[in-house]
Amino acid sequence: MRTMSNEASVVMSATTTMPSRAKVGMASLIFMESAFFAAFLVTYLYYIGKSPDGPQPLDCLELGPVLFNSACLIASSVTVVFAVKSLARGAVGAFRLWMVVTILLGLEFLVGTGIEWRGLIEGKGLTLQSNAFGTTYYALVGFHAFHVAIGLLMLFGMLLLSLCGCINPKRDHMRVDIATWYWHFVDVVWIFVFTLVYIIGKVPQGGSL
Amino acid sequence: MRVKPKLQLLGLVLAAIAFAATNTDSFAALQSAPLEVCDSSIPPTEGAGVTGIFSPNSATTREIRDLSYLVFAICAAIFVVVQGFLVVAIVRGVKAARAAKRDPAGSSREPVQIYGSVPIEVAWTVIPVIIVFVLGMVTIRTIRNIDLTNPPDGALEVTVIGHQWWWEYRYEADARDGITRTIITANELHVPIGRPVWLRLESADVIHSFWVPRLAGKMDLIPGHSNAMWFTAETPGLYLGQCAEYCGTQHAHMLLRVYAEDSAQFDAWRAAQSKPAVEDATVAKGRAVFTQYACMNCHTIAGTSDGMFGPNLTHLASRDTIGSGFIDLTRANLRQWIADPDTMKAGCNMPSLKLADDELDAVTDYLMTLK
Amino acid sequence: MTTTPAHSDPARSDPESSGGASTERLTFWEEATRWTLSVDHKKLGLMYIAAGLVFFLIGGVEAAFMRLQLMKADAGIIDPETFNQLFTMHGTTMVFLVGMPILLGFGNYLIPLMVGARDMAFPRLNAFGFWLFIFGGILLYFSYIGSQGLYGAPSAPDVGWFAYAPLTSRTFSRGNSTDYWILGILVSGFGSMTTAINFIATILCMRCPGMKLMRMPMIAWMMLVVAGLVLVAIPVLTAAQAMLLLDRSLGAHFFDPETQGSAVLWQHLFWFFGHPEVYILILPAFGFVSEILPVFSRKAIFGYSLMVAATVGIGFIALGVWAHHMFVIGMGPVLDSFFAAATFLISVPTGIKIFNWIGTMWGGRLRFATPMLFVTGFIAMFVIGGLTGIMLATVPMDWQLSDSYFVVGHFHYVLFGGTVFGIFGAIFYWFPKATGRMLDDKLGKWTFWLLFIGFTLTFMPMHVSGVLGMPRRVYTYEADRGFELWNMISTIGVPVQMAGILVFLWNVVRSLRKGEIAGNDPWDAWTLEWATTSPPPEWNFDRVPTVTSARPLWDLKNPEDPDAHYE
Repeated sequence: MRTMSNEASVVMSATTTMPSRAKVGMASLIFMESAFFAAFLVTYLYYIGKSPDGPQPLDCLELGPVLFNSACLIASSVTVVFAVKSLARGAVGAFRLWMVVTILLGLEFLVGTGIEWRGLIEGKGLTLQSNAFGTTYYALVGFHAFHVAIGLLMLFGMLLLSLCGCINPKRDHMRVDIATWYWHFVDVVWIFVFTLVYIIGKVPQGGSL
Repeated sequence: MRVKPKLQLLGLVLAAIAFAATNTDSFAALQSAPLEVCDSSIPPTEGAGVTGIFSPNSATTREIRDLSYLVFAICAAIFVVVQGFLVVAIVRGVKAARAAKRDPAGSSREPVQIYGSVPIEVAWTVIPVIIVFVLGMVTIRTIRNIDLTNPPDGALEVTVIGHQWWWEYRYEADARDGITRTIITANELHVPIGRPVWLRLESADVIHSFWVPRLAGKMDLIPGHSNAMWFTAETPGLYLGQCAEYCGTQHAHMLLRVYAEDSAQFDAWRAAQSKPAVEDATVAKGRAVFTQYACMNCHTIAGTSDGMFGPNLTHLASRDTIGSGFIDLTRANLRQWIADPDTMKAGCNMPSLKLADDELDAVTDYLMTLK
Repeated sequence: MTTTPAHSDPARSDPESSGGASTERLTFWEEATRWTLSVDHKKLGLMYIAAGLVFFLIGGVEAAFMRLQLMKADAGIIDPETFNQLFTMHGTTMVFLVGMPILLGFGNYLIPLMVGARDMAFPRLNAFGFWLFIFGGILLYFSYIGSQGLYGAPSAPDVGWFAYAPLTSRTFSRGNSTDYWILGILVSGFGSMTTAINFIATILCMRCPGMKLMRMPMIAWMMLVVAGLVLVAIPVLTAAQAMLLLDRSLGAHFFDPETQGSAVLWQHLFWFFGHPEVYILILPAFGFVSEILPVFSRKAIFGYSLMVAATVGIGFIALGVWAHHMFVIGMGPVLDSFFAAATFLISVPTGIKIFNWIGTMWGGRLRFATPMLFVTGFIAMFVIGGLTGIMLATVPMDWQLSDSYFVVGHFHYVLFGGTVFGIFGAIFYWFPKATGRMLDDKLGKWTFWLLFIGFTLTFMPMHVSGVLGMPRRVYTYEADRGFELWNMISTIGVPVQMAGILVFLWNVVRSLRKGEIAGNDPWDAWTLEWATTSPPPEWNFDRVPTVTSARPLWDLKNPEDPDAHYE
C-alpha cells in the first residue's frame, strides 16, 4: 500500500517517529469490529430469558463439544504466535508449519460449529425463526463464525504468499504480525460470546437475569 | 456596511424568539380563534382548534409551561449575550480592519496575536457548567413532580389502543361507578373534569404517540411494551391533538379528540355507551346489509357483530366525527366513507365493498340510528 | 524555529501548468478514466464533494415538494404515500449521501495537505470507500425503479429516516423498499468506516516532521474525533440493519413484538448510532469555522488547547446521550434524568467552542469575504440550534415538543444553519486551492444572503408551528389550528433558498472557466495546504515541509514574531 512515487520514501523516512500506519489501521479495524459485536452481545443479553415458547438454551446448548471447539480456537491463537516468532527468526519452514496448524485448528472450529448447528436444527428444532433465543443465538454465533472465516482467509492468504516465496522474513514479519492481530481479536470475541451464550445465558425457562 | 443588514437580521431573529417565548398565545389569536373554551354545556366546535403547548388545561401541562417559560428565558438571555458579543466583535473587527487599511503603515502589520487566556477560558467553562447544573436540577425536579409512573388515587382508568390509523378506547367495568359492562369506543375520548384519568397505552400494530398538548405531554404507544400516562382536565371543553409518532400512510389523519365534561354529563355519557345498540325495525334492511357483507368481520356492533379489526360502531351515531377525527359525521359523509373510504382517507385499511346505491343508503341509515 | 514549508517552484503557480496535471488535452473518456481509477486523495475528495452536492440538489428538490404540499392545509398536491417517501428519502439522503460524503470528502482533500503528507495512509482503501458510497447511494435511489411490482407496496422507502420498528417489518412494510433502504445505507456505511480508518491512520502516522499532535490544524483534530465516532457508531447501525435484514429476509425476531421482540431495542441501537452521527455531521463544520475564522480575523485561534479538549470531550459525551431522542417512550424518571443531564453536559464543550470563536474574532481585523460570511452565519445560526437543543433536553418540554415541527426547526438550525453553512464557507475558502481559480465574491455574497434569508424564513416559523402543536411527518394538517400562516412562510422561504443555490451553481460553472487566478495563497493563510500550488501536484509537496508551530506559514511570513515562541 505504498504510494509509488519516489517521494514516498521521503515521507516514510521523515515520519519514522510516528506510529506505524499498519498498526493504527489494524487497531482501528479491530475497534470498529468490537463495536459491531458489542451491539450483538448487548442484544443477546437483552433477550436472555425472553423466549417463553420454543427451544430453550438450557435444553439446547451442550458444553462438551463447544468446549473442544473453543480449546481449538484458543490454541490457534497460541500457534499463530509461534508462527510469527518463527518468521521473525527467519525460520520460514517453521512459519509455514505453524500456519498450517493454526488454519487447521480454525477450520476445526468452523466445522465444529457446523456440526453443533446441525444438531440444534435437526435434533432440537432450534432455528433462526424459533424464538428470540434462536434469533439472537444464530445471529451472534453466526456473525462470529463469519469473522473466523475472514480470519482464516487472511491466514490462508499469508500461507500462500509464503509458499510462493513472496514473504521476506526480514521485511514482512511485522506485517504478518499485524495481520495476525485480527485472528487474536476473533479469538477474544469468542471468549465473550462463549461466556455470554454458554454460561450466563443458560437460564431456566421463563427466567431472566 | 455589511454590518447593518446583519444587525437587522439578528434583531429580527431575536424578536422572533422573544415573540415565541413570551407571546405564544397571541399566535393563536392571530388565527382569530378564541383561546380558552370554557363553556360547560356543550362541547364547542367553533374555535376548538387550539393545540398549543402554552394553553394548558391541566396541572401537569401548566407545570411544563412554567418550566418552558423559565428555560425560554434562560435561553433568550444566553442568546442575547452570545449574539451581542458576536455583533460587538464584528463591529469592532470591521472598524479595526478599516482603520488598518487607512493607515499605510499599519496595513502590513497583523493585529496583536492572542493565543488564549486561562482566566477567561475558565470563566466560560464554569459559567455554562453552572447554568446547565441549574437547568438539570429544575428538569429533574419537574420530572419527579410529574410522576407518570404511578396512577393517582381515584383515577378513571382507560385503555388506549393505537391502530393504523385510529384510536380505540376501552373503559373497564367499574363497580364503584355502577358500570357493569366494558365500554369500547373509538376516536373520541370522554373524560370527567377534575378527576385524574389514567391512560394505559398499548398498540395493535406499530408505534403511535398520544399527544393532546393542552392536557398532557406526549407518550408513545408501543406494541409489546405497556406505557401509561395521566392527566386531570380542569375545565370542560374539547381538547384536540393527534398521533405524534410517524405510523405509516395516514399518520396525518390520526386525530385525537378529548371531550372533558362535568361529572354528571360524563356519567350520562357513560351510561348511554354501556347500553346495547339501538334496535330500530325501520332500518332492518341496513342491518341485513351490514351482516351480509364483510362489515361485520371488522366492526363490532353489540348484539349484531363482533369484529375487532376496525372501530366499534355500537354507538357510532353518538360521535361527532368519523375517520379518526377529521371528517364530520353527517349522513352524506358517512355514505361516501362506506362507498369508498379511500376517496376520503387515501391508503386507509378499510376496503370499499362496492355496495349498490340502495344498499349504501340502507346501511348508512342503519348506522345513523346507532345513537 | 527553522520553519521551512515547501516553497513551490514559482513556475508552478500558473494554474494552467500546475497541479501535476499535464498540459496535453485529454478526451472526456480519458479524463473520466483517470478520475475513476484514481487513488489520489484530492481527486477522491473532490468526487466525494461533487457527488454529495448532486445528492444535495436531489434532497433539496424532495424538500421543495414537501413544502409545496404543506403550503396550506389539505393542499392535495402530493398523495400521502409519495409524501412519506419524500421525507424518508430527504432525511436519508441529507444525512448519509450529502452530509457524510461532503464532510468526509473535505477530510480526504484536506487532511494530507494540512498535516503535510503526500496522500492518505491507505490510498486504495480510500478509493474503495468512495465507490462503496456511490454504490450505496445509487442502490438507495434505484428503489424507485427496482422495488416496484407488488401491488400496494411503496416504490421507495417510506418508513422515515430512523425507520422505527415494527413499521419496518414485513407486515407493515411490504415489498422491497425497506430492503433498499437497509442495503443502501449498509453499503455506504462500509465506505464511511474505511474512510474513518484512513483518517485515523493518516492523522496519527503521516504528519510531517515537527507536527506534534498539539500543532495540528484544528480541523485535523475535529476529523480525528469524527473518525473515532464513526468507528463506534456506524458499526452499531450496521449491526442493527443486519438484524433488521435478518428479520425481513429470514424470519428472525429481533424487532418483532409478536414474539417478544422489542421495538424499543431498535430505537436504542439506532440512536446509539444516530446521536454520534449528529456530531459526525457537525464537528467537521466546527473544523471549517476554526480554520476560516482565524484567517479572516487575522488572529490565531483563541484557546487552542481548550478547543482540542472540548472536541475530544464532545466525542466522548456524544456516546452517552442517545436516549434523549427517546424521552417519550416511557423510560422512567431515572433514565430520563440521566440522559437529560448528559445532554446538558454536552452543551458545555459546545458552548466553549462558540466562545472561543468569538474570542478569536475579538480584537481582530475582520474581512468579510464570502467564506467569513458563511462561518459567521454558522455561529449565529448554530447558537439558535444549540439553544433549542437545550429546550428539547429539558425532558418535560420534550414531552410536549418531541416529534413536533419544533424538532424539525431545531435540527435544521443545526444541520443547515450549521453544517451546510459551514460546507459553503469551506467550498468558497478551498475552491481556489482545488481549482486554481477564485469563486466570485459578489455572487458568493448573493448566495449567502439568499440562503440566510430563505433559511430563516423556512425554518424559524417551524418552531412556532411546533409550539402550536403540529407534529412532524404529516402530509397535511387541519385548517383550524393556526398552522397555516407559519407553514406558508416556511414555504415562501424555499424559492429564496433555491435562488441562492442557483447563484452558487452558476458561480461554480463560471469560475471554473473564467474565475480570477488564485495563486498559491489567496487568503494570506497559515496552514500547510497554502504552501503548495493551486491546485496542488499529485504528490502535494515537492519537499516535505517541517513545521515548528500550529501556524507554519505565519512563522514564515512573520519571522520576527513566530508562533513557535509562544508554545
